[in-house]
Amino acid sequence: MTDEPLVLGIETSCDETGVGIVRGTTLLADALASSVDLHARFGGVVPEVASRAHLEAMVPTMQRALDEAGVTLADVDAIAVTSGPGLAGALLVGVAAAKGYAVAAEKPVYGVNHLAAHVAVDTLEHGPLPEPAIALLVSGGHSSLLLVDDLAGGVTPLGSTIDDAAGEAFDKVARLLGMPFPGGPPIDRAARDGQATIAFPRGLTAAKDQAAHRFDFSFSGLKTAVARWVEARERAGEPVPVNDVAASFQDAVCDVLTAKAIDACRQHGVDTLVIGGGVAANSRLRALAEERAAKVGITVRVPRPKLCTDNGAMVAALGSHLVAAGVRPSRLDLPADSAMPLTLVSV
Amino acid sequence: MLVLVLDTSTPAVTAAVADVTPTGHAVVAELRAVDGRAHGELMAPEIDEVLRKAGASVRDLRAIVAGTGPGPFTGLRVGLVTAASMGQALGIPAHGVCSLDAIGGVPGQVTLVATDARRREVYWALYDQAGARVEGPHVDLPEAAVERAAGATVAVGDGAMKYADRLGLEVRDEPRYPRVDAFVRLAAERVRAGAPSEPLTPLYLRRPDAVAAGGHKPVLR
Repeated sequence: MTDEPLVLGIETSCDETGVGIVRGTTLLADALASSVDLHARFGGVVPEVASRAHLEAMVPTMQRALDEAGVTLADVDAIAVTSGPGLAGALLVGVAAAKGYAVAAEKPVYGVNHLAAHVAVDTLEHGPLPEPAIALLVSGGHSSLLLVDDLAGGVTPLGSTIDDAAGEAFDKVARLLGMPFPGGPPIDRAARDGQATIAFPRGLTAAKDQAAHRFDFSFSGLKTAVARWVEARERAGEPVPVNDVAASFQDAVCDVLTAKAIDACRQHGVDTLVIGGGVAANSRLRALAEERAAKVGITVRVPRPKLCTDNGAMVAALGSHLVAAGVRPSRLDLPADSAMPLTLVSV
Repeated sequence: MLVLVLDTSTPAVTAAVADVTPTGHAVVAELRAVDGRAHGELMAPEIDEVLRKAGASVRDLRAIVAGTGPGPFTGLRVGLVTAASMGQALGIPAHGVCSLDAIGGVPGQVTLVATDARRREVYWALYDQAGARVEGPHVDLPEAAVERAAGATVAVGDGAMKYADRLGLEVRDEPRYPRVDAFVRLAAERVRAGAPSEPLTPLYLRRPDAVAAGGHKPVLR
C-alpha cells in the first residue's frame, strides 16, 4: 500500500454528518451537513433528531465530497468511519453507510475512534505529529487529556472530565445568560467586551485533588457557581454584567484546561501539545495555551476552527495514517460502540 | 436482472438476491438472522454472504429494494442507509417498499398485519381480501389497532403474535416477518422500467422524544 493512500472518512457521532477525503496528509474534500439548527430549541443535541438527519444527509454529503475531490469511490484505497464514542443511534447510521459503501465498492473499512481522529486531523494542517505528544480534546461531549505514543496503535488516556464536558458547560452558561445554542461562539464574542473580574472556581485544581485527579476536569461546580452569582445579582435587582460573567467563566475553563495540559506535557517530558474538539475554536483557549506553552518551550498545534469541530476530514486523516502504517482493516460485523475506549484507535 | 433486497424493520435482518425477468421474478438466495439488537452488526456480513450464495458479485446487481418500515428506528435506518449507500456507490436505483406490505394479507381474508413497535404498541395496516392495503400504516396499542381495523378476520406478523391474547382475532404464525418474495413482487414493475432511485424515507410514524428547553432552573433556594 502506498504511503499516500486515498482515504474517505465518514463522521456521524453527534449532530454533524461529515464526509472527508484525503490523500496522505493532503485534504481533498471536507463536506459537512449539520443538524445543529434542529437542536437549538431543545437546548442540546436530541439523539433521535440527529440520527434522522444523518440518514437524510448521508448520500448528498457523500456526493458533495466526491465531487469536491474529483474522485469516485472506485478510486479510494479505504473507507474510515467513526465507530465510537458518540451517540449510539447516530454512530450506527455512519457505520452502516460506511459498510454499504465498502461492500459496494469492494474496499476495506476501518472503524476508528472519534477522539483519536480529533488528534489526527492536525496532520492535515501541520504535517506528521511528533510522537509522543500530549493531546487536549475538548468538545460538547468530551474533555480529555491523552498521551499519544503512536497514533496508529495506542493512545493513553491521562484524564477526563468527571462530570460535564467543557463544551457542555459553555452551552449551559450561555443558556443562563440568554445566549443561543451552541454556547461557545456567543460566550467567546461576549467575553471580548468583558473583563474576567469574577473569581469563579477552578475544578480539581486544589492540592487535595492532585493525587486522584491531577489530569481530570470538573465543570459542573463552575456552572453552578456562575448560576448562583447571576441569580444573586438578579435577586438584588442589580444588572448582570453579561460580558464580564462570560469572560470570567471562559477564563476559569481555559485556565484549568491549559494548566493541566501543560502539566501533562511536563510530567511526560513531551514538547508538543495538540488541541482539538469544538472548544479548541475558542479564542481565549488558543491564546492562553500559546502563552503558557511558549514560556516552557512547548509547541502548541491547533488546527483551524473548521477542522476542530466534528467533520469527515478528521476521520479520513486517521484512516490514512492507519492505512499507511499497515494496520489491518475492521471486519464487516464492525459495531457502533458508543463507549469506545481511547485505548482502541481502530477496531 | 439481479436485485438486492434488504429489510431491517423487524428483529429479522433480511438480505436476499432475486432475479427479475420481463415476466416474473424468483428469489435466488436469502438470508435472515433474527436479533432485534444487532442490525448494524449483521447486515453487511449477510449481504456479503448472500451474494456468495447466489454466485453473484455486487457488480451484477441492477437495483436495490429496501423495506421502509415502519419499524423500530435505529434498526430500520441500518437497512435503509445500507441500501442508499450501496445504490449510490453502484450507480443503481434503490426502491422502497412498505415492510408491512411485504408481510401482506392472507388471500381471501381481511387481514390485520401487525409488527412489534415496542413500548407496548404495534405498527399495523389493514389489507382487503384481494391483498390491497386499505388502512395504515399506523402505530397504536394492540386494542386500538383492532378497533380501527374494521372487518379484520385474521391477524399476522410478530406484533400480532406477541399480543394475540388481546386482539380477539385468529392469529396465524406465518408470515411473521416481511417476505423477500413480496418485496420483489411489489417493486418488480419499477425494476423492469428502470425507474430512478427514490429517497428511502423511513415510515417513522412517531415523532422524536424531545421536549423544548424551558427557562433556566434556579440553583438558589
